[in-house]
Amino acid sequence: MFSKLLSTAVRRNLIQPTVARGLPKTFSTAAAAVEPLVEESSGITMKGVKISGRPLYLDMQATSPVDPRVLDAMLPYYLSRYGNPHSRTHLYGWESEQAVESARAQVAALINASPKEIIFTSGATESNNISVKGVLHFYKDKKRHVITTQTEHKCVLDSCRHLQQEGFDITYLPVKSDGLVDLEKLRSEIRPDTGLISVMMVNNEIGVIQPMVEIGKICKEFNVPLHTDAAQALGKIPIDVDKMNISLMSLSGHKIYGPKGIGGLYMRRRPRIRVEPQMNGGGQERGIRSGTVPTPLVVGFGAACELAMKEMEYDDQRIRALQERLLNGIRGKLDGVVVNGSEESRYPGNLNLSFAFVEGESLLMGLKEVAVSSGSACTSASLEPSYVLRALGVEEDMAHTSIRYGIGRFTTEEEIDRAVELTVRQVEKLRELSPLYEMYKDGIDIKSIQWSQH
Amino acid sequence: MYHERVLDHYNNPRNVGSFDKNDPNVGTGLVGAPACGDVMKLQIRVDDETGKIVDACFKTFGCGSAIASSSVATEWVKGKQMEEVVTIKNTEIAKHLSLPPVKLHCSMLAEDAIKAAVKDYEAKRSKSSGSQEATHLEEKAAGA
Repeated sequence: MFSKLLSTAVRRNLIQPTVARGLPKTFSTAAAAVEPLVEESSGITMKGVKISGRPLYLDMQATSPVDPRVLDAMLPYYLSRYGNPHSRTHLYGWESEQAVESARAQVAALINASPKEIIFTSGATESNNISVKGVLHFYKDKKRHVITTQTEHKCVLDSCRHLQQEGFDITYLPVKSDGLVDLEKLRSEIRPDTGLISVMMVNNEIGVIQPMVEIGKICKEFNVPLHTDAAQALGKIPIDVDKMNISLMSLSGHKIYGPKGIGGLYMRRRPRIRVEPQMNGGGQERGIRSGTVPTPLVVGFGAACELAMKEMEYDDQRIRALQERLLNGIRGKLDGVVVNGSEESRYPGNLNLSFAFVEGESLLMGLKEVAVSSGSACTSASLEPSYVLRALGVEEDMAHTSIRYGIGRFTTEEEIDRAVELTVRQVEKLRELSPLYEMYKDGIDIKSIQWSQH
Repeated sequence: MYHERVLDHYNNPRNVGSFDKNDPNVGTGLVGAPACGDVMKLQIRVDDETGKIVDACFKTFGCGSAIASSSVATEWVKGKQMEEVVTIKNTEIAKHLSLPPVKLHCSMLAEDAIKAAVKDYEAKRSKSSGSQEATHLEEKAAGA
């Protein structure tokens, strides 16, 4: 019943961003801590930005809404079955434990693993930390070298930096201009003391899918454990830990319409991979991740995985059609639009575009009615162009012009059409303002000009 | 996040456009670099009798603050003498738009663009006529 109400509310917001006034009132306690969202009859004002209604949401790589069916599964574990899953002495504990174990099986099924190989964590960042630092710390006597790529998520790169400070060797593998790993280069970098190869399955900024089966084969050949950050891949593309020869894999709940604050770590049992825990305590989750397992979140994560398994094909077809609609819509009206990253080996829910002669930040400023980002949410506050795009060898001026459109399960055709309309209008407006566009039209090569660098 | 004046100039930029850069009465300043994410082109039209800037226009590739800074710059130079505009400081533009520290370079670029436009006009004048008045003005501009 509640989910029906909620899903209609969700749909309504998605389809008609202007009808947002029906949202439930925030509690006064919450309002005290959070900047109030002022909703006037003329629109919404927040952080000095005035918009006519809630923006349409195209930032699914940052996070996704919770599927109402997921919330349905979670609610009993907040309200009546609130036991600690580690309590052994009463029914509250037993039923929670059962719920956690069935969620573990749901997660495992989605990646063709055994439930015993799933560890619940707070999210992919924690899982990446455990994988990168935990493996090297455990095998530090024999293994001193890690291979990763230049386009990894910050949390993998930062974990590698941390290892470097401890004296480990890290190879940051460059990628090809389409964002994919060069397999021969990867092979040539492997050393006898290489303890881990970490390559993300689907890139968060540009959505390219790495050739995991081939990478897995190389890892098997050299007997090096393979870790992959699959936060953006889980539930969106088929994952088989055996076919891909994956030893460790990081998973996240909130990218697949599950709750925030829950994720998982797949750890292979045969051959067994071992890690040094980052968190010490009560020894939960086989001692890898101490701390009470949050039953409602785990149940939600499990439900989200089961839904993703059932609906992966349907979602993929829908999202693929929407991506085409978006790209064709924009390309039909604008020239100088470049897709960043491979167009073939790509998750269709991610469309990262560069608009020549238009600076990305000013474009985002004009697209306040569309919630998109210029790259990853983690780095969107900095003025630097994306390091992922730079790793692809994208010209620096083009790297300043990128926008990431994230399409998901609840995105509608109307939203895509509106996004096309607003993007085209804004890019045209900014090109009228752009001295670079003027030079381009006058036939002046921008690269021939001696620019004053500063 | 943005001051309302920045939003105003971003949404309704003043004096967008281009003058013929070969016109002897036009000075063009092109500063910044695409790789840095900011390029400003600011142009002035000068009355060669009085040295007064009778019109100004701009085009900018850059963030909202860069667009607003150049839009403000064109407003401020219009109707003023050239000696006067070369004294416009980036800090005045930054203060007017309440730019945060990470955006101060936008206002510096606007100041540079004004100076570059004046310099370009002076260079054109001294080249065509070699008049003493122009050299005089140029010295002033360089000293500012």
